[in-house]
Amino acid sequence: MRFVARVLVRPKAEVRDPQGEAVLAALRSLGHDVAEVRTGKEIVVTFEAQEENAARQTAERMGDQLLANPVIESYSVEIDRDIARAR
Amino acid sequence: MSRVAILRYPGTWSERDFAYALSLVEGVESEIQWHEDADLRGFDAAIVPGGFSYGDYLRAGAIAKLSPGTKELRRFAAEGGAILGSCNGFQILCEAGLLPGALIRNADLAYRCDWVRIRAESDQTPFTSGLRGAVLRMPIGNGEGCWVADPETHARVEATGRVIFRYVDERGVVTPDANPNGSLANIAGVASDDGNVVGLMPHPERCVEALVGGTDGYRMLANLAGARHGTSSALYR
Repeated sequence: MRFVARVLVRPKAEVRDPQGEAVLAALRSLGHDVAEVRTGKEIVVTFEAQEENAARQTAERMGDQLLANPVIESYSVEIDRDIARAR
Repeated sequence: MSRVAILRYPGTWSERDFAYALSLVEGVESEIQWHEDADLRGFDAAIVPGGFSYGDYLRAGAIAKLSPGTKELRRFAAEGGAILGSCNGFQILCEAGLLPGALIRNADLAYRCDWVRIRAESDQTPFTSGLRGAVLRMPIGNGEGCWVADPETHARVEATGRVIFRYVDERGVVTPDANPNGSLANIAGVASDDGNVVGLMPHPERCVEALVGGTDGYRMLANLAGARHGTSSALYR
């Protein structure tokens, strides 16, 4: 069965996010009343798995091994069956 | 004669500068090794140079940590082999878990290409003998040079003397203005628990001749003449 994992990687709360700070300043310059901006990235991985739980475990292994650096980042995984929508 | 291997990953760009710099150090012979064929047996030290390994995709150093070359570095480090990572090499060693902490985007988001001053905080590494307290002027060129760690890790590297270099001003004083990237506690370089693996953001290989603006890199790299495999663990622990 084909699954799509959307891995959302973000800087840990205690790690400074200079990109977020730059975006914050830019949004304020547009007149938006913004309190904080945090940036991250989404990594969309398509692969075969037996069922959804197995797909989730595989995606989490990918997150631990490579997609996020646990020193500075945390991540979450969303599993989807619909490839077109996940993209 | 000490033998030094210089690793080259796809996207490494400073390996020939290191080879040239080491050619000036009497008692050192160096060899550039492609990461897939890395073999550190018979070598006294290894260098992981700067560049953009794997295009810095995902995170700087993140993909290089999976290379056979990095596996060989792990084996060599476990034997007590001396390893120096500069710039992207520092990022690779942190990603590989051979050094504490991580390097994130510079605080001002700018790619910093400049000369900085760093103070050697320890002489208990194979690369800083006799340099404790010395202020060295070296170039930097990086966009992700901001060293960070969780409070426990930071406290541990401070308490165990594993902070090897700090950004300082011309008087040798740690100041916010001397910090080019927002690094925690002005940290420019750290060492592993055993002291045999060292990483720093500046480029010692780019300041080995007065012609290019300075020779402080030579002062550091000259230490490699004394590197002998199998001795560092006992010496620096």
